[in-house]
Amino acid sequence: MSSSHGSGKPPADRADPLQHARSPNRTFGPQPPGEQFEVIGKRLRKVDGAGKATGEALYTDDLALPGMLHGKTLRSPHPHARIKRIDTTKAEALAGVFGVVTGAEMPARFGVIPWTPDETALCIDKVRFIGDPVAAVAAVDEETATRALDLIEVDYEQLPALFDPAEALARKDVLVHEGNKHGNITKEVLLEFGDPDGALAKSDFVVEDDYFFHGTAHAPIETHVALARYGSDGVLTLWSATQIPHYVHRELAKVLDLPAPQIRVIQPCLGGAFGGKSDPFSLEFCAAKLAMKTRRPVKFLYTREEEFYAHRGRHPMAMRFKTGLSKDGRITAVDSKILIDGGAYSSFGLVTTYYSGQLLTGPHQIPNYRFHSTRVFTNKPPCGPKRGHGSVQPRFALEVQLDRLAEKAGLDPIEVRRRNFQGAYTTTVNGQRVTSNGFDQCLDVVEKASGWKERRGKLGRGRGLGVAGSMYISGTNYCIYPNDMPQAGIQIKVDRSGLVTVFSGASDIGQGSNSVAAYIVAEELGMRVEDVRVVAADSDLCPVDLGAYSSRITFMVGNAAVHAARKLRKQVQAAVAQEWGIEPERVVLAGGFAFDKDDRGKAITSAKAFQITEAVLETLGSTGSYNTPNLGGDYRGGTIGASPAYSFTACVAEVEVDEETGIVTVPHVWTAHDCGRALAPVLVEGQIEGSAYMGFGEVFLEHHDVNRYGLHARPNLLDYTIPTSVDCPEFHASYVESLDPEGPYGAKEAGEGPLHPTIPAIANAIHDACGIWLTKLPFTPAKVVAALQARDAARAAGGGANGTANGRAH
Amino acid sequence: MSRSDQPQDASGVSRRGFLKGVGAGALAAGAVAPAAAALGAKAGPQAAAAGTVFGPAPVAVALNVNGKVRQLRLEPRVTLLDALRNHLDLTGAKKVCDRATCGACTVLLDGKAVYACTVLAVEANGRAIETVEGLAETHGGAAPIQKCFVANDAQQCGFCTPGFVMACESFKRANPGATREQALDGLGGNLCRCGTYHGVAQAVVDALAGKGGN
Ligand code: FES
Ligand code: FES
Repeated sequence: MSSSHGSGKPPADRADPLQHARSPNRTFGPQPPGEQFEVIGKRLRKVDGAGKATGEALYTDDLALPGMLHGKTLRSPHPHARIKRIDTTKAEALAGVFGVVTGAEMPARFGVIPWTPDETALCIDKVRFIGDPVAAVAAVDEETATRALDLIEVDYEQLPALFDPAEALARKDVLVHEGNKHGNITKEVLLEFGDPDGALAKSDFVVEDDYFFHGTAHAPIETHVALARYGSDGVLTLWSATQIPHYVHRELAKVLDLPAPQIRVIQPCLGGAFGGKSDPFSLEFCAAKLAMKTRRPVKFLYTREEEFYAHRGRHPMAMRFKTGLSKDGRITAVDSKILIDGGAYSSFGLVTTYYSGQLLTGPHQIPNYRFHSTRVFTNKPPCGPKRGHGSVQPRFALEVQLDRLAEKAGLDPIEVRRRNFQGAYTTTVNGQRVTSNGFDQCLDVVEKASGWKERRGKLGRGRGLGVAGSMYISGTNYCIYPNDMPQAGIQIKVDRSGLVTVFSGASDIGQGSNSVAAYIVAEELGMRVEDVRVVAADSDLCPVDLGAYSSRITFMVGNAAVHAARKLRKQVQAAVAQEWGIEPERVVLAGGFAFDKDDRGKAITSAKAFQITEAVLETLGSTGSYNTPNLGGDYRGGTIGASPAYSFTACVAEVEVDEETGIVTVPHVWTAHDCGRALAPVLVEGQIEGSAYMGFGEVFLEHHDVNRYGLHARPNLLDYTIPTSVDCPEFHASYVESLDPEGPYGAKEAGEGPLHPTIPAIANAIHDACGIWLTKLPFTPAKVVAALQARDAARAAGGGANGTANGRAH
Repeated sequence: MSRSDQPQDASGVSRRGFLKGVGAGALAAGAVAPAAAALGAKAGPQAAAAGTVFGPAPVAVALNVNGKVRQLRLEPRVTLLDALRNHLDLTGAKKVCDRATCGACTVLLDGKAVYACTVLAVEANGRAIETVEGLAETHGGAAPIQKCFVANDAQQCGFCTPGFVMACESFKRANPGATREQALDGLGGNLCRCGTYHGVAQAVVDALAGKGGN
C-alpha cells in the first residue's frame, strides 16, 4: 500500500497520444568486442587531466563575453513572510544598472520532479526561507549590482516560521505552501512487504532505537554559476554549472515561455556537484531573463554564502528502526518510521521519500519489511539529493542495528552479514531485481585487508574496528518525466584524419564520464584513446542524456556508447574485409590499426580503415542509445529505486577514541566496492576514495543547520568544515568485479555506493572501541563524552556495559 | 627557511609582527599558510611613504606576472585574484570562497604560496607573481608537478587543482626531502571536495623524486 500526497498534477506530456512504443533495452554482455580488452580495465588517466592540472580547462566562471553584465540576487532576510510590495524603481535608476527582474515576470512554476512544481525563479507572493531569492539585477559590474540590490524596496509581512519538522507535521495553522493538500507534508509513503509485525514478535532478538542523521551540504568547490546570451537570432544560450542540462533546458522553456528549440544549454567543465547541481536554480532563469531584457550577456556567480543557502543538501532524518534477528543470525524483519526534514521546497523530495525505504532491501536478505517515511516542509534551505541520495541516512540506522543484534546473538558482525547475504540473481522483498552481486567478496576483501580476524578485539583500549555493508543503484528506470525515449544517447562522427568525435549528452562532473565514453569508443573501434575526442553536454550538439544523478552514467551512457560504436565497428570490419577479400571476423581492430587475424603483417591504420569504409559506404557516423528494461515491483512507487543493476559495498573502519576528550580519530578506512567490471580502475578507485572521504566528513565535521532565527549556522568554508588532507584517514580502496550481464562490458556504478557504509562502519568501530552506541550524527566530542559517561554510570549501577546512550548523546 | 629575512619589530609583539611570525613559522614548518603570509607581506612601494592614501579612484599598478610586467589601473580594493582573472585573463586561479578559506586561488608571491583572494593587487605591485599558467609555460606546457597530478589522478572535477598545483609547487620548493605524510600535513591550506588528497600528496612525492620529467 502506498499513500501519496503529492502536490501538483502529472505534466501534460504524459497524455501525448503519440508516445506508445518504448525505446528498447539493448545490452551487449560483459565480453570484449575483440579477442581481449585493449583499453577497458587498463590503468589509464583521465582524458581531461592535463587541461585541469595546467589551469587551461574552462569552467563557467572562466567564460566572459563582450559587453557582459554581472548579475546579483536579492534574497529574503526572513524565514517566512508574505511579500506585500516590491519596488525596483530606485535600483533601475542607478547608473550602471541595465536591468532588474522580479518574480512576477517569471510566474511559471517549476521543479525538477514534474509532479511537484513548487518553485518560481524568484519569489512572488511569499518567501519560505532566509535566502529565498526575491529579485535580481544585471549591472555593469558586481559592485554596482550589489549596490542596486540595496535600493530595491521590499515590504514583508512576517509569518510564523517552522524549523522543527515534528512541529511542521503537527501544525495546521502555519503552512509553508498554502495550496498543499496535506498540511506541511510533501510526500508520505507507507509500504509493507510480508508480515513485519508477526516476524518481529517471533524473533529471538529485537532492537528498537531512534537514530538521527543531520543535514549536510555538498559544498562543491565551484559554486553555482550561469552565463546567458540572447542573440539577435532569438536563440538563448545558457552556460551553466549544472549536472542536469536536459532538465534545465526543459524548465527554461517553460519558465521563460520560449520554444525549446530556441534554447541552447551548455555545461562547460564543472567544478564538483555531488547532487547539488541537479535542480534548476534561480540564477539560470535570472541570467536568461536578464539577458533577454538587456540584450547583453549576463553572468551570475553565487558567493560561497549563497551556495550554502541554495543548498539541496542531504535531508535530516529522524528514524525509528526496529529490526529482528533469529538465533542463527538471520534477519527476520525490518520496520522503520522516518521523518524527513525537506526544507522549503520539494526538489527531488518525492524520490527521497521513496529511496529512504526502497533502497534498503539489499545486500542483506530481509524477508519482512515495512517503511513509513514522511517528508515535511520547513522554513529552511531546501534539501535535495546528495551523493547516495535518500539511502545514506537509513543505511546508517540499519547497519548499526545489525551490529547491535550481532552482539546480542554473540556473532561476529561480518559473519552476520555473510549469513544474510541475499546472493546474486534474486528478487528483493520489495520486488527489485538483483542481478550480479559481489557483496560476499567485498566482505572477504575488507576482512582480509583490515586484519579483522587477527586484530579485532586486540587493538587495546579505545581502539576498535567496525564493519558495514550497503547497496546502491546504477540509475533507475524511473525517468522523472514520463516518456518512452531512451534515457541516454551517443552520437559518433568519424573524420578521415582518423579522429573520432563522440557526442555525449552526459555531464562530466569530475567523475570522468567523458573519459569513460572515450575508452569505450576506443575499445570498440580499436583506436588509441588520444584519437577519440569527446564533446559533451551541449544541447545543440549532443543527444539527450538525463543527467549525472542516481549513478546512472557509466551504466546507461556506457551502454549507449557500446551500441553506437559496435555498429561502426561492424561496418569498418566489413569494409576492410571486403577490400582484403577475407571474412569480416578476421579483421581485428586494435591499438590504432586494423589487421588480419591470420596474417598479422597485413595491417593498416585506423584512419586508412575509416577511409576505406567511407569509400564503400557513405559519410560515417553512428548513434546509440540505452533504455532500461521494465523493472520494479507491481505497486505504486515500485519503479522508484528499481535499477538495471545494483552495486554493493563493504567497509571496515578503524578508530581510536580518546576517552578524556571524546575526540575520535580514524586512521584507516577499507572500502571494497562491487562495481561490476572496472572499466577504468584508476577512476573507480578515485570514486571509492572520494565517497569514503565524503562519508567521513559527515560523521565528524560537517553540519548544515540553521539557528533559531532560520539563519544558516555556518555558511562558509571556515565554519562548515569539510575534511582537509590533515583530517583524512588512509583510504584503502578496492573493487570487486562481479560482471553484470547488462552493464557495459559488465560494469555498474562506483560514484555513490561506496559512501554509504563508511558512516555506520565508523559508528560500529566506536562501539567496538569503547562500548558506546552513537545514534545521532554528527559524532561530536561532546556526544562521545556524554555517551561514555552514560556507559560508566550504567556500569556503576551494575547494568550492562553496552546499553545505548541515546538519552544523553545529543 | 629561516626567520632572519623577516624584519623584527624591536618594540615587542604587535599583531602585525605576530602575523609575520606565524606566516614565516608556518612556512618553515612546511605548512602552507598563504593568508598569514600575505598579511605579513610588505605592501607595494608606494605604501612605504607613510600616510599615502590610495583610491578610491584607480591607481597605477605594475604586476610582474610570470616574468612579464603588466601595467594596470585598478581601484586599490581590487584583489590580486580579481586582477588576474578579470584584468589579465589568467583564469587558472579560481574564486571559490573569496575569504581565505579554501586555497583554490593560490598563486606564488615572491615564491611563497598566497591566497590571491586575500591579497590586494596593489600589495603585489612590483613583486614576482607566479600563476598556474606560468608554471606550465615555463616548463614547455606542463611542469613536473602538473604531470604528476595527471599521473596520480590527483584531479577529479579539477576546480581545486590549479590552486593545489601552486601550493604543491611552493611546498615542494621549500621541502625538497618531504615524505608523503609531510606533504599531507603541509597541504592543509587547500580544500578538495572530490577527495583527491592522497593523489595530490603522491604527486608531490613523485615530483620530488624526479618524476614528471624536466
Ligand atoms: S578563493 Fe581564495 S582562499 Fe578561497
Ligand atoms: S578535484 Fe574536485 S575539488 Fe578537488
